[in-house]
Amino acid sequence: MTALAEKNTAITGIGLSDVSRGASRSALALTVDAALEAIADAGLSRGDIDGIATWPGERADGSGFSPVGCAAVQDALRLKLGWYGGGGEAPGQYGAVFNAIGAIAAGLCRNVLIFRTMYEATARKTAFANALLREGQRQAGPFAWYAPYYTYAAALQQALFFNLYVHKSGIRPDQVAQIPINQRRNAALNPKAIYRTPITLDDYLASPLIATPLRLYDCDVPCDGAVAIVVSRMDVARTLRNPPVRIEAIGSSMQYRNSWTQLDALDTQAQPKVAEMMWSRTDLGPADVDIAQLYDGFTFHTLNWLENFGFCERFGAKDFIEGGRRIALEGDLPVNTGGGALSAGRLHAYGAVHEACTQLWGRGGERQVKRDPRVCATSTAGGPLAGAMLLVRD
Amino acid sequence: MALPPTRILPVIDKDNAAYWTWGANGELAIHRCADCGYRVHPPVPFCPACDGRSVGPEAVSGRGRVTTFTVNHKQWVPGLAVPYVLALVELVEQPDVRLVANITHCDPGQVRFGMEVEVWFEPVEDLWVPLFRPARGAA
Repeated sequence: MTALAEKNTAITGIGLSDVSRGASRSALALTVDAALEAIADAGLSRGDIDGIATWPGERADGSGFSPVGCAAVQDALRLKLGWYGGGGEAPGQYGAVFNAIGAIAAGLCRNVLIFRTMYEATARKTAFANALLREGQRQAGPFAWYAPYYTYAAALQQALFFNLYVHKSGIRPDQVAQIPINQRRNAALNPKAIYRTPITLDDYLASPLIATPLRLYDCDVPCDGAVAIVVSRMDVARTLRNPPVRIEAIGSSMQYRNSWTQLDALDTQAQPKVAEMMWSRTDLGPADVDIAQLYDGFTFHTLNWLENFGFCERFGAKDFIEGGRRIALEGDLPVNTGGGALSAGRLHAYGAVHEACTQLWGRGGERQVKRDPRVCATSTAGGPLAGAMLLVRD
Repeated sequence: MALPPTRILPVIDKDNAAYWTWGANGELAIHRCADCGYRVHPPVPFCPACDGRSVGPEAVSGRGRVTTFTVNHKQWVPGLAVPYVLALVELVEQPDVRLVANITHCDPGQVRFGMEVEVWFEPVEDLWVPLFRPARGAA
C-alpha cells in the first residue's frame, strides 16, 4: 500500500492559540499565534513553509465562522509558497489536510501549514450570527430549502437526524449523557479547556432543551481560537524534532447524495462509507486504535462515529458508553481526551487533531492517557459531510 | 415587544420556481421525468434513473409521511413562538423525495414518526410556502 499518498506525509508540529468565550485580540492575531507555535514545534522556520491550507477559507460575513483565510496568513507571515488552497467544498473540515496530501504528492510543496480559525464567541456578542439565516435577505444554496421553516441554526437540521437515530436505536438520555460527562471530566484536566467544572447526570438532564433530542449540553461551545498543524513530506518529517505522526489512512469519499435533506442514510449521516474507505487503506483495524478524537459538534456525532468506525455495532453505542468507563482516560478507548468541542471549544475538528498529537507525543500532562498511545482515529463533520483520518506515531 | 419573525424566503430560479409558486393553485409541484416517471428533488433538469432530459414540474397529491422531526424549544430570535415542529416529509408517491416543512395544526407533542400528513400553503410575499398538517381521514 506504499503508493497511497497519505502514507508519505506526517504531522510534524502543532500550535494552539488562547481559546476563549471572547478574545481580547483579533482573529488574525490568534491565527499567527497558532501558526508560529506549530512551525516552531516542528523545528522549522517561516522560510521552510512552502504550502498553506485551510477549511472553509475566508468568509467575511461577520459570523466568525472562518474570519481568516490563506491570503491573510500568507501575507502576515510573508510566506513564499509553492501551493495554497482554502475552500469549503471538501470532505468536511479535514478537506484541507487531504488537499495538502495531494499537493505534497504532486511535488508542489514539502511543509504545509494547515490552520482553522474561529471567532464565533466575539461575533455572537454583537449579533445573532449563526449564519444559516439572515433576516430580510432571500436565501440561496442548499439551505434555502430550510430557510422558510425557522431553521435558525445547524442544531435544528442535525436534530432531525439525531431524533431518527434515537427512534431507531432506543438510546436513552441518561446514556447519551455519558458523552458530555466524560468530556467535561477530561476538560477539568486540560488547562486550555473553556469549561472545566465537572457535570453530573442531573446537570445534563436539567440542561435546557434546544430542539429534541438535543439539550444544551449536547451542543459544542462557540469560541474564539485558532489551531495550526504542519504536515510534512515523510522524508522531511524524519529529519525533524518530533517523532512523525504519520497519516496512516484517510477517508474522503462522497458516496451518498450530498444533501441536507435527501442524504440517503439520515440516521448514520455520511460516515459509514467514509470510515469504510479509511479502513480499506490500512492493515490496521478498530481493535488497533488506542484513542479516538471523534467529531463532537453535537454528542450524537460522537455516538455515530463510535458505531461507524466499528468500535461497536450499529446502534451499539448506547451500551458501549454505558457508565462511561470504557471511553474514560483510563478506559479501553479514551474518547475526546481534552474535553472536545463540547468543553474545550468549537475548533471544528482541528482541536481534535491537536489533541490527538498532544496525546501521541505524550504531552497530555494530567490528562495523558497512560498506555503510551500510538494509534488515534479522528473524524469530522455532520450531515452529508464527513472525513476521517487514522494517525500513527512512529 | 418584538414582532414575530417572518418566514425567510428562498431565492427563486428557473428550477425551483414551480415548487414555491404553484401553491397559488393549491398544487405541490415536484419535478418528474417524462420518460420513466422518476421524481427528482431538489429539481434538476436531468433524470438520474434513466438519463432522461425531459424533467419538469408536475403536481403530486400533497400527501406524505413524517420521516423525522424535531420539536424546537429555543427562542432563536425575539418574538419567535415556541415550541414548533421542523420535519422532513416523504411523499406517498415516492418516499425518497423528502421535503422540509413545519408540521402545523396540531400540538407539537402529537407529531410521530410515520405520521400521515397533507400539504397546505401559506402565502408570503410573492411565494406560497408548502407546510404540512395531520392528514384528514388518516388512521
